[in-house]
Amino acid sequence: MSQWLAFAGSHLPTLLAGTGYTLTIWAVAMIAGFVAGWVLAVARVYGGSISRRLAVGYIELIRGTPLLVQMFIVYLGLPQIGIVFAPLTAAIVAIGINTAAYQAEYFRAGIRAVRPGQIAAARALGLSRGQAIRHVVLPQGFRIALPQWANEVVIELKYTSVAYAISVPELMGRAKEIGAASFRYFAIFCVVAVIYLVLVTVVTLVLDQVERRYGLRH
Amino acid sequence: MTDATRLRAEHLTKSFAGRRVLDDVSLSVAKGEVKGIIGPSGAGKSTLIRCLNGLEPLDTGRVWLGADELTARKADIDALRARIGFVFQDFNLFTHLRVADNLMLGLRRVRKMDAVEAERCARAELDRVGLADKWQAWPAELSGGQAQRVSIARALAMAPEVMLFDEPTSALDPQSVGSVLRVMRELVAGGMTMIIVSHEMAFIEAVADDVVFMADGAIVEEGPAGQLFNTPHAAATRAFIDGIAAAHRGEATTP
Repeated sequence: MSQWLAFAGSHLPTLLAGTGYTLTIWAVAMIAGFVAGWVLAVARVYGGSISRRLAVGYIELIRGTPLLVQMFIVYLGLPQIGIVFAPLTAAIVAIGINTAAYQAEYFRAGIRAVRPGQIAAARALGLSRGQAIRHVVLPQGFRIALPQWANEVVIELKYTSVAYAISVPELMGRAKEIGAASFRYFAIFCVVAVIYLVLVTVVTLVLDQVERRYGLRH
Repeated sequence: MTDATRLRAEHLTKSFAGRRVLDDVSLSVAKGEVKGIIGPSGAGKSTLIRCLNGLEPLDTGRVWLGADELTARKADIDALRARIGFVFQDFNLFTHLRVADNLMLGLRRVRKMDAVEAERCARAELDRVGLADKWQAWPAELSGGQAQRVSIARALAMAPEVMLFDEPTSALDPQSVGSVLRVMRELVAGGMTMIIVSHEMAFIEAVADDVVFMADGAIVEEGPAGQLFNTPHAAATRAFIDGIAAAHRGEATTP
């Protein structure tokens, strides 16, 4: 046990540096996906036939293909048509593109679940359709979508590990290097699993507070 | 149309899935007038009142607010709706906003008031319905009667030219009905122009100048409240009013 702790301790600085990359990819991709997800959801529910079809096409394309394939297309494929990303940027772009589609679906479900009477009440006050969507439908839709959205946030934190495949020095990538150099794969991946578990637990606790504060009130 | 006419509807028709829910309905309400609309469920009362502020699209017919036509192709329907107060059967308070923000949303976004002015206006209306202490409450924390009074205050805050009530007490428990009717009585006393769809016959008889009886999407009879309730011309009106009275006496007759 003490041997394990010594092993884990000696590699902790490297693993924490990797964790920094993991959190960076995750945070930036989630924020970008949040904004894009709302645009897609609103386009899908309220858009004209063209924007509706574009949104549906995007969402189904992304949800129908593996994240790893999307990441390889961004990192290895796009350079062939002159678009070159550094590994970290490519990982953020790929995961952002991916999570946008999933977040859009959760937001869409939330929008659809807002009671029609809420919109009628907003319109009766003289709010335009756009104002009713912005001030009533979106905030309520987000509250309804909050549990599913929180789940997506946690899932994507773990999915950032796929970025090791395009040589981003994030947590998983560092662990693989350490494992290859020391041949102590079992120990290092157990340490990494614990780090992910700690991250997920912290994020879950924070999201629970968010849900408690902003969740549905009935 | 006289200058005093506030809201006027002419020849409204509307069908749902091949069924006529409004069949050539015309009515108007003058400044300061209170009009009651009564009739059995499914008569088209709620559809009618929702058509009067454009919440429900019409098949044919025209609606005017003062000299402005809501049904005109170029009508600024949002601006016209802001001049008409609407109270829903199930309140429809914005569930994500506190009472204060429910009252201020329209003032800020439609009336474009600054925060100070909107708050002053909203507090005055909340006080008027006797719920000044609920300023910071969430809608979910209110009783049905309180929620409906807040929704009335929300409509009043916009300083409407006419108030439309769509069965304002039908979703309430008996204890709460009185508190809502009391607020409405005060509005009547204050000279507010009102159209009220309601099953509260005693209330309608007491406050309405004029009463419309509807059945099967059409107006069967219209007349002064006292006349319509006591000496109705149409047999259907009499049957409806007698049925309600019987139900109130506890007889097994359904209107």
